[in-house]
Amino acid sequence: MTPAIELVNVSKIYRRYGGRQFSTLKSALLQRSILRDLQPSETFPALTDVSLSVPKGSTFGVMGRNGSGKSTALKLVAGITKPTSGTVRVEGRISALIELGAGFHPEISGRENVFINGIMLGLTKREIQERFDEIVDFAELREFIDAPVKTYSSGMYMRLGFAVAINVNPDVLLVDEVLAVGDEGFTHKCLDKFAEFKRSNKTILLVTHSLNLIERFCDEAIWLDNGRAMSHGDPKRVVGAYLTKVEEGEEALLAATTAKAVESASRASTGQVGQERRDGQDGQDQQEHAVEHPADPTSNMFQATEGRWGSREVEITDVALLDREGQPSFVFHSGDPIGVRVKLRAAHPVDDFVFGFGLFNADGVCCYGTNTYLEELAPQRLTGEAEATFAIESLDLVEGTYKLDVAVHKIDGFPYDYHRLLYTFRVKSRIHDVGIYRPRHRWTFSPNVVFKPGTKG
Amino acid sequence: MFSNLANLFRYRGLIQSLVARELKARYRGSALGFVWSFINPLLLLLIYSFVFTTVMPNTTEGVQPYQLFMFCGILPWTWFSSSLSEAANSLIAGGNLIKKVLFPAEVLPLVSVLTNMVHFFLGLPILVAFLVIYHQYPVPSNLLWFPVAVLIQLLFTSALALILAALAVHFRDIKDILSNLLTLWFFATPIIYPWFQPSVQKFHLFFDINPFTHLAVSYQEILFFNKGPVGHWKWLLSLGAGSVLLFLAAYWLFDRLRDSYAEAV
Repeated sequence: MTPAIELVNVSKIYRRYGGRQFSTLKSALLQRSILRDLQPSETFPALTDVSLSVPKGSTFGVMGRNGSGKSTALKLVAGITKPTSGTVRVEGRISALIELGAGFHPEISGRENVFINGIMLGLTKREIQERFDEIVDFAELREFIDAPVKTYSSGMYMRLGFAVAINVNPDVLLVDEVLAVGDEGFTHKCLDKFAEFKRSNKTILLVTHSLNLIERFCDEAIWLDNGRAMSHGDPKRVVGAYLTKVEEGEEALLAATTAKAVESASRASTGQVGQERRDGQDGQDQQEHAVEHPADPTSNMFQATEGRWGSREVEITDVALLDREGQPSFVFHSGDPIGVRVKLRAAHPVDDFVFGFGLFNADGVCCYGTNTYLEELAPQRLTGEAEATFAIESLDLVEGTYKLDVAVHKIDGFPYDYHRLLYTFRVKSRIHDVGIYRPRHRWTFSPNVVFKPGTKG
Repeated sequence: MFSNLANLFRYRGLIQSLVARELKARYRGSALGFVWSFINPLLLLLIYSFVFTTVMPNTTEGVQPYQLFMFCGILPWTWFSSSLSEAANSLIAGGNLIKKVLFPAEVLPLVSVLTNMVHFFLGLPILVAFLVIYHQYPVPSNLLWFPVAVLIQLLFTSALALILAALAVHFRDIKDILSNLLTLWFFATPIIYPWFQPSVQKFHLFFDINPFTHLAVSYQEILFFNKGPVGHWKWLLSLGAGSVLLFLAAYWLFDRLRDSYAEAV
């Protein structure tokens, strides 16, 4: 059977349109020869050597980060742009849900726009007439259909656009991230419509960020990154490969965020110290700081602004989050062990010290806070280079971004070195439960409660 | 290219509904609505009447009433110049369609031309009414030339519209230069002065190479000068033949640059 969509070694190179594209009219006319000898610095490869083949009647998912070439691939299939090299072949009538309601004129009524949009998408007037009621009902816009489109809410606008496009009755449907257009109910209707398409042996090419949709809906998937196909085939496998890569990216991003936060906080705090010294009111100022920022993080949980302060008699030189293998990491899975390793340097031996630890979620809510004094560890001596590790056996948190407070201070709260919210990490989870804390739990049922084997859907 | 030209015929339904949409949208929300299509040329004519009979009376022999003579040239000129300025902007304004929908781009400049042609037609009744009021009846047989002139102007304007639309995507400056060029062109064409004026005839070569001269003079002969048959028909038909060639060339250029629109708009 011939595939419905076939891309063979397709590359697409965009010119960067900064200034003038053609220096003269003559070169404009010879555009193709120009494309051939483009300077590399002027070009942007949106797709590089991508091949895919979508059998008739199947649903194919395209995923990837923003700017990875997904939409370019879709536009090539739709015929809106031409590949720089390679071939694109599509069998049958295409309808592209790339931008819904593109071409709606704001001044004229929904009814007139349905007709014009339908004609743009290749229907005849009569065909639209026949489907008009279906379109309007699908868009749920019966009472507003004669109002000018400019009075529509963005949701109404999108729904109408979607309704027209889907009723073109194509053989190949191209969908670009448009399921986010409506409320829950409308999204379900769209999905039902897609399922109907699938049943009637039509081909769907779906570009989406929703991994869930890819897994549930697609027969096959491709993951694009920087215009290249990274993985191709079974959706579950492709999604898995994608998630692994995303974690690596997040890791790098969080590392950069943390480094920046620490650096800027350190710069600010050293500046502050300098000023205090000049004022010659060292102790008093710091005393005020201590009152302002009590060492006990729990009592100040709503004032979640990052920063660093303290006398630096004991200085925190390095903080690392360690994974199961003891390697520094910024992304953890719910239930993983995590270690917070703090390296310190004491300028002179001290006998009054408390190590504090605070864990905050993205909303600034303190999830947990403790210190060695609260846990009744009596300090005796701390000298030179030292290390302290706060280990959590199982990170029972729901998915989200969390920040850490790490501090060394005196028993009365006088800070040596207080790092507030400088360390960011992410907790990932395949289960999208809610709240903050995930208690270790399990469900038990009497034998007459039965669930289907495997996962939902 | 010729298969694309054939497609153009297939898109007539689309062109038709887009023109209708433009016309509907233009006056949507105004109290008088479509009546404006009549009022606008009427007001224009009244202003000219006031200026050229009261403020600075023009008594040139053979072109009286002067405002009516001018109007015969200004109506088609307005069609021509508005078409071009709208067409030059049409691909850029319709960028959404070109980028997001598989859409035949040439439809957009042609819609600009056709929409303005409808406005031209709507202005004609006003002209006719005033011709009647001033007892300036055209020679009936000359009126047969009128559709020919319209058709040739349509072809000529469409050709320029395609070229401008295609180039304006890449050279945005065109939009700004165009309005000044059109003003210059307007004054270089015998519209507000008669072409048989000695000062015009002295430079007749210059006027002869201006295509719109022949359209303007033809319209004037058909509608205004009722003394004899249309003497300008050879020029008009030559322009017609030239316009066919120009249109084919324009379409070739437009087609050639087609793939660049979705990226450059």
